[in-house]
Amino acid sequence: MKVRVLYFAWLRERIGLGREEVETSAETVADLVEELRAREERYAAAFADMGAVRCALDQELVPLETSLGDAREVAFFPPMTGG
Amino acid sequence: MSNPSPSPAPQVSPRIVVTEADFDLGAEAARLEAGSDTGAVVTFTGRVRDVSGGLRRMTIEHYPGMTEKALRTIAEEAAERWPLSGVTIVHRHGALSPGDRIMMVGTASRHRDAAFAAASFLMDYLKSRAPFWKKEETADGMGWVAAREADEAALDRWRDRDAD
Repeated sequence: MKVRVLYFAWLRERIGLGREEVETSAETVADLVEELRAREERYAAAFADMGAVRCALDQELVPLETSLGDAREVAFFPPMTGG
Repeated sequence: MSNPSPSPAPQVSPRIVVTEADFDLGAEAARLEAGSDTGAVVTFTGRVRDVSGGLRRMTIEHYPGMTEKALRTIAEEAAERWPLSGVTIVHRHGALSPGDRIMMVGTASRHRDAAFAAASFLMDYLKSRAPFWKKEETADGMGWVAAREADEAALDRWRDRDAD
């Protein structure tokens, strides 16, 4: 299936783009991360420390083990620093 | 989607503003004063702080779409926990300078206890649950502001309250 993947803050900078369409067979967000990591070094670098990565599925914060289901949008970003 | 909600919908409709432009603090406070039984209005304003003395610029990135949803969810949660007659969250993004306003929260209620507590709750939650990221430019270069463990820990006091 095809999902829109978004990157923010230093993840966006390390990967070098803010969004892309990804064809994936991943079952969970963590599986998708594994697929992305295997693509190129810049992805492996961005996802090196998953303790520093948060994820949203269709704009809702979720744990990495969450099933992708029929989500259309997956976002990766560092812990938020608003306020 | 029509998921049944475990609690009744809050009476108050939160005012959520995500903007690049500066905002009018006085106008936002005045808006919360509507209603003759509103005895208390609390506002908190966050500003760009130059801790090191070398801050040139702060840039705030956000996640359009999710940002507004997350802020609305946080505001609605506050309105379910406290008897509020008004709740406002304004948050800027883009390039800011030291001293610039970043954001504000405002709450209105009959009594000050609810207004203060709700404003504090809004601040704690939006610091680590709303998709904003701060980047600072100093004489030494650019760097993303790291999340503080204390900000995440601050949420515990509201969770503990649930268990009471």
